[in-house]
Amino acid sequence: MIKNSIILENVSKHYPSHKAVTDVNFSVPEGCLMALVGHNGAGKTTLMKLILGLVQPTTGSLSILGHDPKDKASFHYRNAIGFLPENVAFDANMTGKELIAFYASLKRETKSRSLELMDMVGLSAALDRRYKTYSKGMKQRLGLAQALLGKPRLLLLDEPTSGLDPAARQHFYDIIRDLRKDGVTILLCSHVLTELEAQTDAVTVMNSGRVVASGSLEDLRAQAGLPLSLRITVQEGMTEKIAQPLQNQNATITYMNGRHLEIECAPSSKMTMLRHLGELGSLVEDIELQNTSLDQLYAVFSDQRGQ
Amino acid sequence: MKTIWIIALKELKDALRNRWIIAASCLLAVLALSLAFVGTAPVGGAKISTMQVTVVSLSSLSVFLVPLISLMLSYDSIVGEVERGSMLLLLTYPINRWQIILGKFLGHTLILSIATLLGYGAAGFLIGFSSNGADLQDWMVFGSLIASTVLLGSAFLSIGYLLSVCVKERATAIGLAVAVWLLFVLLFDMAVLGALVVDQGENLKSDFVNFLLLFNPADSFRLLNLTGFDSTAALSGMSSIAGRAVLPAQYAIIALLGWITLPLLLSGCLFSRREI
Repeated sequence: MIKNSIILENVSKHYPSHKAVTDVNFSVPEGCLMALVGHNGAGKTTLMKLILGLVQPTTGSLSILGHDPKDKASFHYRNAIGFLPENVAFDANMTGKELIAFYASLKRETKSRSLELMDMVGLSAALDRRYKTYSKGMKQRLGLAQALLGKPRLLLLDEPTSGLDPAARQHFYDIIRDLRKDGVTILLCSHVLTELEAQTDAVTVMNSGRVVASGSLEDLRAQAGLPLSLRITVQEGMTEKIAQPLQNQNATITYMNGRHLEIECAPSSKMTMLRHLGELGSLVEDIELQNTSLDQLYAVFSDQRGQ
Repeated sequence: MKTIWIIALKELKDALRNRWIIAASCLLAVLALSLAFVGTAPVGGAKISTMQVTVVSLSSLSVFLVPLISLMLSYDSIVGEVERGSMLLLLTYPINRWQIILGKFLGHTLILSIATLLGYGAAGFLIGFSSNGADLQDWMVFGSLIASTVLLGSAFLSIGYLLSVCVKERATAIGLAVAVWLLFVLLFDMAVLGALVVDQGENLKSDFVNFLLLFNPADSFRLLNLTGFDSTAALSGMSSIAGRAVLPAQYAIIALLGWITLPLLLSGCLFSRREI
């Protein structure tokens, strides 16, 4: 049986002024990377706070790494949780080295390990600089180093790549890949969805405090029923010739010129379509398959109101 | 316990880094020295201890300055971190909220003690080893000034945390800090004085007035320093009061300790319940 690192059952959090989270059910299996997406104010951050035990649910129950976050006596399981908040500002006058040493000592982590992590996120050259001189990306990387202290088994990352340049972002994904090899469960909030696709096992879409869709990318694609788009390159002037039979196969032509043809078809008829194109032989020079991206899925689901 | 110490050390380091300690020590030292050497000039050659004269002037000054320093040190310690988001992060660590409050309190008390010791201590040594010299009694009076200043400061630190835990924004906290300072340092005394004047000594017994003073940490401090020793009482013109004072120094000390523990306990309770 797969163990779940995070289990939420009918969790609601209502503030006097608004309902932040309503009837949320979901679980994240151990070692899985779950992306949590939704508009600003969709309840993602509240959900993270609930998981971290910073706020108590109005109704429902949670189990995080087998513990109830409400249980204040057993807060030592927090050693196994790493958290990167969306907006964090550390003490401006402390150096990077002092800050990481402070957080390391709270998790009873050795100094050498904390320096190793600083090296891993690429801050070893800036150890003795004060935090206020750090760029936004460096601050974000310090936040990440801090989250990785103490060998976490569960990582909660709120917008981890904001402020990172493309190289640093790539580096961040490498770190995530390594962590997943070690079986770390990761829950990640991000607006930059497309980059995540390759690494996500599951996606949960939230809208106004409710989960509107949850599952693997394939599940969500099937649920959304968005057409698949194909970009076909053919021999010069042959587009007209192959367009007609394709339309007979229930494909919609969205764009056409002498050499290129873009069509959309239902995901279920993908293979039929490909076989048909294969039969055309040398007429077809190239086929580009465009899967529904996470961004498009997000657009579909985020417009829906809760279950 | 180790966790509390980690928090305290961080506060201490931060205060050293942003020169809080140096600034506060210098301020206290300059004031103490100027009071010692300029303020006591009129004493001339009379057989009066410079040290004790300085203690009397210093304690009047401490009453104004130290609460202000303490409140400035503590007013944003909770709400500031909540606003910056670092509190949110800290709370996800294996640490409970009591440890955070106690750690900060310990750190800030250390900062205050160092500043007082350096500031007043420097002045004390200069006076002690200057021409007049100082006897044991002088040193005891001076030592008790430093100790009680730390107590006074801690009481206002504790009140500062209470403010910091209750409010949602830093701006509110600073406003309240100024209000608290005004209330305890100025308004409270004026109210008591006003009541005495209006009453013309008919209903308000002196025991009762003395008792009232314990409800203000600043007055408890004054009571302790100006009437605690006979000689300082004479110098401060309080001997008549001190002579028939019904409240021995222990009461003032207990009142100060109460002013340290109660707001601290209350802020710990409130902070534990608060949702960040």
